[in-house]
Amino acid sequence: MSKEKLLEISNLKQHFKAGKKGVIKAVDGLNFDIYKGETFGLVGESGCGKSTTGRTIIRLYDATEGEVLFNGEDVHSVKDKKELKRFNREMQMIFQDPYASLNPRMKVEDIVAEGLDVHGLASNDQERKEIVVNLLETVGLNEDHANRYPHEFSGGQRQRLGIARALAVDPSFIIADEPISALDVSIQAQVVNLLKKLQNEKGLTYLFIAHDLSMVKYISDRIGVMYFGKMVELADADDLYENPMHPYTKSLLSAIPLPDPDYERSRRRFNYDPSDHDQSEEPEFREVRPDHWVLCTTKEMEKYQKDYPGK
Amino acid sequence: MDNLLEVNNLHVSFDTYGGEVKAVRGVDFSVKKGETLAIVGESGSGKSVTTKALMGLIPSPPGRIKEGEILFEGKDLTKMKDKELSKIRGKDIAMIFQDPMTSLNPTMKVGNQIMEGLIKHQKKSKSEAKKRALELLELVGIANAEQRLKQYPHQFSGGMRQRVVIAIALACNPKLLLADEPTTALDVTIQAQILEVMKDIQKEMESGIVFITHDLGVVANVADRVAVMYAGKIVEIGKVDDIFYNPKHPYTWGLLGSMPSLDSTDDELYAIPGSPPDLMHPPKGDAFAPRSDFAMKIDFEQEPPMFKVSEDHYAATWLLHENAPAVQPPESVQTRMKGMTRESAEGDKV
Repeated sequence: MSKEKLLEISNLKQHFKAGKKGVIKAVDGLNFDIYKGETFGLVGESGCGKSTTGRTIIRLYDATEGEVLFNGEDVHSVKDKKELKRFNREMQMIFQDPYASLNPRMKVEDIVAEGLDVHGLASNDQERKEIVVNLLETVGLNEDHANRYPHEFSGGQRQRLGIARALAVDPSFIIADEPISALDVSIQAQVVNLLKKLQNEKGLTYLFIAHDLSMVKYISDRIGVMYFGKMVELADADDLYENPMHPYTKSLLSAIPLPDPDYERSRRRFNYDPSDHDQSEEPEFREVRPDHWVLCTTKEMEKYQKDYPGK
Repeated sequence: MDNLLEVNNLHVSFDTYGGEVKAVRGVDFSVKKGETLAIVGESGSGKSVTTKALMGLIPSPPGRIKEGEILFEGKDLTKMKDKELSKIRGKDIAMIFQDPMTSLNPTMKVGNQIMEGLIKHQKKSKSEAKKRALELLELVGIANAEQRLKQYPHQFSGGMRQRVVIAIALACNPKLLLADEPTTALDVTIQAQILEVMKDIQKEMESGIVFITHDLGVVANVADRVAVMYAGKIVEIGKVDDIFYNPKHPYTWGLLGSMPSLDSTDDELYAIPGSPPDLMHPPKGDAFAPRSDFAMKIDFEQEPPMFKVSEDHYAATWLLHENAPAVQPPESVQTRMKGMTRESAEGDKV
């Protein structure tokens, strides 16, 4: 994998007003890069801001502060509609709920082709139809499905439609917001295999948002762990699972139930207590080991480095 | 020990305009005191319908229990009148529903919802019921119980609400607890807490639990025995170790193989092709055959009986017939099982 940066996110903040005075800091100062061709996993419990992060990157929300550079250009400073369209072609999203994210009154053909229409990618009806059929076949559906409505499909098939729609404009970057959470286990594997296959064929880059940690580990190259709007740890997928440093990551990992009864019997859960942190200074996001970042104070960093197994 | 619950040849059907949907097609299982039976399967496999039938909660019409018996402490629930059933329901048999957002009454204070069953079933006075409600909230790990009793469901987070639902279910010390995906809507950390609470309570009260889920990790955590359901039938049942370390049915292989393990693998996941059958017209023979890589000719013609693998382990697949060719589970499932035993050995050391 190249180390070319596709997306650079710096100091991204997304604050929502709550009532007259309150402010909810859903995303509070995120810094990370996504490399070309990789899958970046974003995990955390509900309400930690992982979905908001995805939605802010693709500009469904305007960021309160911060920059999102896509191929070196700032997405959030674009005002021109034409320019914005260009970004939208490059960035697409797959949503969590395959039931709510497809318009029930539109035929599959029109759902999938909507992006083509918006960007004027098909010169005539014949071509439009061809592209749609092609896309349907790519995601494991067929021509007959083009004339049906979403309610005629099962959950797994609908998620395939969502993927076909995202692929229609030939994007280079796809944000998948919990794309498999609503699906059955056996169907989850089908969709994940499909996403991996497409990545290999088209060189796609994914931001994969999920709370199912074992699936994230499986699909991601690097993983970021979020807690209350901040990223607390970022590392290679294997490194993160083998050598978690931040106590929150440890607690999250220790809570995953694994399909292994012997392991489950001996499992010890680790509870995270935010007050255990070193309070002497504001924690910062530091590179504790090469490519392994943790939100910590200097004292904590020394400790993490000392405790790091191997080497 | 005598069985607390015994389900024999249960059939549940729904009459729709399109015809009869055979949601549950002959299910047998039993639950002992203090034991947890997990039922796993995809949506539409009939696991929720089975538990609803146990509670007498199948809406009729369109649903009906076509055949079979549900023996709870020796009494057949299917033959009971509604009035008798409602004396057992909520008292001896309690249910934890999947979605805590919809299973609580938004217009009632949480305290009153917990006390409801106590006052009705145990004929407790209001103050006694309140005392018990306080105990229950503390038991499920809700702080400030006194204050929390006076709050409404919307003032609770998802995990807290599920704890309330559990407190309600436990109010009358049920002998049998039916839990329908009780943690599916929750985060892993909260899920782990809730599972711990349920296990503690089970130890204390010796209740039997029927636990429905599609998360095999959760199954490995809570279950003593596991029943795997497919297309309205139990296709494999056994001790939790049998199912995870020595699975016999191709569908069980598929389920195990489709979950990624934390041992990183770059190979493709083993995905079960296709989708579950239409239960309006259940397929002839083995319902799983069209999706199975291991289907033989007989699978499309004749339904396999339950073959005995060991004392408590049964599986309904022709592969276990003495004339069947010897078949190994798919490679990904095998490596995974090897990986597991190694992993758990490491786990013991830590």
